[in-house]
Parts: sequence; C-alpha cells; structure tokens
Amino acid sequence: MTLAEKSDIAGGRDGLTVEQLVRIYRSMRLIRRFEETVNELYMQGRIPSTLHLYIGQEAIAAGVSAALRPDDFVLSTHRPHGHALARGVAPQAIMAELFGKATGACKGKGGSMHVGDMRVGMLPAIAIVGGNAPIAAGLALASKMQRRGFVAVCYFGEGAANEGAWHEAMNCAAIWNLPVLFVCENNLYAASTHFHLAFKVESVAQRAAAYGMPGLTVDGNDVLAVYRAADEAVSRARRGEGPTLLECLTYRQCGHSRSDPRTYRSRAEEEQWKAKDPLPRFRAYLLEAGVADEDGLSGIEADVEAEIQDAIRFAEDSPEPDPADLFTDVFKE
Amino acid sequence: MAKMTIAEALRQAIREEMRRDERVFCIGEDIGVTGGFGGAFTVTLGLSDEFGHERILDTPISEAAIAGIAVGAAIAGMRPIADVQYGDFLFNMMDQLANQAAKLRYMSGGTLSVPLVMRAPVGATARGAQHAQSLEAFFTHVPGLKVVCPSTAYDAKGLLKSAVRDDNPVLIFEHKLLYGSKGPRTEKGALSPVGEVPEEDYTVPIGKGAVRREGADITIVANLLMVYRALAAAETLAERGIQAEVIDPRSLVPLDEELIFESVRKTGRLLIVEEDNLTSGWGAEIAARAADEVFFWLDAPVKRVAAPDVPPPFAPALERAYVPGEKQILAAALSML
Repeated sequence: MTLAEKSDIAGGRDGLTVEQLVRIYRSMRLIRRFEETVNELYMQGRIPSTLHLYIGQEAIAAGVSAALRPDDFVLSTHRPHGHALARGVAPQAIMAELFGKATGACKGKGGSMHVGDMRVGMLPAIAIVGGNAPIAAGLALASKMQRRGFVAVCYFGEGAANEGAWHEAMNCAAIWNLPVLFVCENNLYAASTHFHLAFKVESVAQRAAAYGMPGLTVDGNDVLAVYRAADEAVSRARRGEGPTLLECLTYRQCGHSRSDPRTYRSRAEEEQWKAKDPLPRFRAYLLEAGVADEDGLSGIEADVEAEIQDAIRFAEDSPEPDPADLFTDVFKE
Repeated sequence: MAKMTIAEALRQAIREEMRRDERVFCIGEDIGVTGGFGGAFTVTLGLSDEFGHERILDTPISEAAIAGIAVGAAIAGMRPIADVQYGDFLFNMMDQLANQAAKLRYMSGGTLSVPLVMRAPVGATARGAQHAQSLEAFFTHVPGLKVVCPSTAYDAKGLLKSAVRDDNPVLIFEHKLLYGSKGPRTEKGALSPVGEVPEEDYTVPIGKGAVRREGADITIVANLLMVYRALAAAETLAERGIQAEVIDPRSLVPLDEELIFESVRKTGRLLIVEEDNLTSGWGAEIAARAADEVFFWLDAPVKRVAAPDVPPPFAPALERAYVPGEKQILAAALSML
C-alpha cells in the first residue's frame, strides 16, 4: 500500500452502537479542543515546557481505544495527550500535569511527555523513541504468563520503526505470540525528516512480514477504519494468535513541537491533508448516517468546552508540588 | 550448611525463589536451552528441567528487548530475573535500564513499580576489551537503580533473594573469576571461593556491608575480586605488624557508608580498591564522602587503587598490569603508613 490519498469514511458501523459512535466523536473532539487550548495556554506563557500536539491524528487514539478493555495497557510516546484522553485519563489530571501541579496525573513529576495514569491502564508515556516497544512486549508476556488475557497497545510514530529496540521487540513479540498491538502513527515526518528519506520500503506495515506477523495499513484519518482494524487485531491477540502491526496513515497538522516553523514541508501538502481532517469527516458521517443530529453534536461540543474550561480551572487552582516531593517516588520502600 | 560455589549459590537462590513465588522467572540468552550452557557461567544450568522453558525463557540475541521485556513484565506484576552474558552488553540495554527501569516509577508519580533483577558478570578474564569491564560505577550514577556485588557464596544467595523480593530494579554484578563454574565453563585463573551456604531460606539485606577482616591501622574498602586481593595484601601487612581492616561494601546503592566511616574513625586511613577504571569510579564517590564526613579523623590522604584509564587489554601480560593486584594494594597501603 502506498501513501496515496485515501477514500472517505469507509464501511459501516462495524457493530458499534449509537452510544459508542457518539462517544468516539466526543473523544476526538475532546482531543482536538484540548490540544488547541493547551497550545493557546502555552503561547500565553501559562504552561511551561514544550508541547507535541496530536492535532490531525485524533482518529487513531479514538479508534484504537474503542477496541480496548479496561484491563488492557496502553503505552504512548512524546506525543501522548491524545492517547491519554482517549484512554480515559481525566482532562483535569492531564491539564494539571501540564501545569506542573501536585494534582497532575503524575503529581507533576512527568509533564507533557510522560502523561499517563495506571488507574486506567496507561503507563507514563515514554519519550524515548522506540523505547516503549520492548516494555509493551514485557507487559504482554506477563499477560500470557498470568493468563490474564489483557492486551498491550504500543503507539509509536513511523520514526520509531528505525530504532533497534523496536525491531528487537517486534521479533520477540512475534516468536512468543504475545498479545501486543503495535500501532504505527505514520504522520509522514519524523520531526523534519520525511518518510521517504528514512525508509526504502513503501510502508511500515511491510516490515511485519520480516517478523512473521500480520501487518496492514489503514487510513488513519478514518476513525472507523482504525477501529475495525484495531478490533480485529486485539481479538486476535486475545485468542493467543500473537501481535499485529497496524500502520495508520495520518498527518500532524502542527509542527513537531512548539518551536517548529514547518519549513521542511509545503503549505500545499498541508492543505491537502487538511481536506482529510478526521474530525469533519467523522462528524459528517454521523449526520449522514443518522447516528446523531446537529443539535446532538453541538451539545457534545459545548460539553467538551465546559470540560476543558473546568480542567484549566482545576489546574490553575491546584497547588504546586512541595519541594520535599522531589525526593519521593524514586524507590518503593 | 553446604559447601557451594557462587554459581551454585546463585542457582539455588533462583530455584528457591521460583518455587516460592510463581511470579519469578528468568529471561536471557542461552539460559535454558536443552543441552545448552545454562547461561554464560552455568548459573541457570538445569533450571529449565524443573521449571520449563516458559519460566526459564531463552531469548534471541536482543539485549534491549531482554531489559525492556523485564521492565514491562515487572510493571505487570511479574518478578523477572534478567541475565546478560557479559556485563559489557549492559550498554546495549542502557536506555531500558537508565531511562526506563530507573525512571518510570518517578515519572508516574509513584503509581507503578519495577521489581526486576538484572544479573551481569564483570571482570577482566583474558577476553579483551568488550568482555571484561567492571561497570558497577556507571549504574551507581543513575537514581532509581540499586547496585549489589556479592563476593561470597553466602552473600550471592542472600543478596539475590533480597533482590528478587525488592520492589525496585536491582543490578547484581557477579565476578567471572569468583563463580566457580565447572565443566567446560571453568575460568582459567578463577579463585573459586567455595563457601558455607545455608540450604534453607535466608536473605542478606541490600545496603549492608561486611567487615571481612578486622584491623586498627588502615581501612581497605574493596568489592568482588578485589576483596580477595585486599585480603591477601592484608595478610602480608600483618606479617609486618600492620593490621588492615578489609570492608566489602556488598551493595554500592544504597551504600553502607556508616560502616566505612566507623572503620576510618578507628584506623585514620582509607584505601579503596576497585577493578573499574580509576576516573569517576565508585571509589571516587567513597573518597569524596569520606572527605566530607571523616576528614578530621584521617591521618593520611585517601588513596585509590583501580584499573588505569585504558580499555581492558587482551595479552595476559597486559591484563596483569591492568587489573589491580596484591602488589599495588600493598604499595599503596604502605605509602599511607
């Protein structure tokens, strides 16, 4: 499969109920507005750090998360806000973490690049590219040894597929039939480096064959295509049939991080991808398919705004960590 | 009590811990293959007969995966004992140890723990530069990791058990010349310190050093193989009427610094011996802490004996010059008296 343009929302509802479809839209909308909002807050100097925004990739986290069980584990990257929100980490806890507050998801010890919450099965996000792949395999090994049936989902950008640790993890997961879903978010650029400068093959998914695991490429801006593929891979993993490499073609609409002026790519290319923005596509689908009406969706959107404003208030009102907290959580006593 | 080598003591510790707790498993290269070696130094020999290949898990040659899989399994409630054939290969898994194992608990705000054990053979043994290094000091510099280095069979069993039961990542450094491995894996020049090891369950606490020989004139701190070389030097010193106190820290993180300081307050002299390269070795850290804490008890400058700042060489003649021996320890001690 090439990186050519993909068709619009494909297929039907895939057994999803109206409630599930609406929840997926809410999740995508929450991610989009959360990211736009934290970008503004950053520009206003109200939150420290750098930011790696998920804008444009929402369909992947939302689609994959819809296929998961509460006891599954999710491993994320330096671009984790979307994965966290879709997995159910509270917006308040993420926002407070970005503000560096004691009430943050990681008590202010993680920050933007390490957002996670073990209570909803999300490890602190791992910001070393490819570093999460062996750990995902390890979680999956534990699932198999303990016969617990949970699946480990490993999100990564296409750049990670050129890291040695990633290859080692893919191979081990394959030879031991581990319940891992490797989700490649191929957004075309590893920081500024284009896919074709870093890969001789046409797709990341092709590499699955080298490990003896199934690999497939889907339109990562089509949330139902992502859901369908993830659901099938997760079911396969739970049956003990091993890992899958799922490549989702997408595009990050922002720069790599806050200081990126995007001078390595054309505005025309950005416009092309904007036309395939996952949010309006799925919104239009919901209306056309009669899943929801305009009032219903507007209500959800208003609700999302309120939740984000509430998260900001919570973060701003929260205390900073006590300097003594510097010394806690290094070792478990 | 039974007489055991360190390899046997480690094997018994693993066997007992795996019987006691079904969460414990071993992961590494060539550790359980039927007809294989039982690891590079026979520590896991025969264990797959009792526990099967799922719990004595042989991996591809993929060190980053070994460490990362151990991290993930530990987070999900298992108790992995990971095995690296030579300590030098720890560099292949550095991200997983230094960025992941050591930091995930902190990054998570204390909501997860990483109870893994990483076993690593160290020491120069006529294999050249990449199968020889003593790497303890590297890992003492990474907050979130515990570092232990047993030099006797008793400590090997007791410390490995403590490491398995610890809720944090623990690196165990084992010296190739101390294993007492038998058969085709016997090391030339090995000391084979066979020791009394209780056959029942016991632990040696992580963070407690041991006085290997008492003395009032000079404190010698040494670990692993250097414990034995320091003890040999102490014998020679005793013939000259000088009583050296030899301290084996056993753990470098956490460090039983009070045991060392107490000794220095008695002897007024501190000599540190390590097989690692001199610059920024763990000996430098102990010297710095001693300068802070017991400066006014010192009657002579603190001295270190360590490998020089060169890669480990191959030729036996060069290796003998590289690894600190009794002679250098003796000379350093005498220069302080």
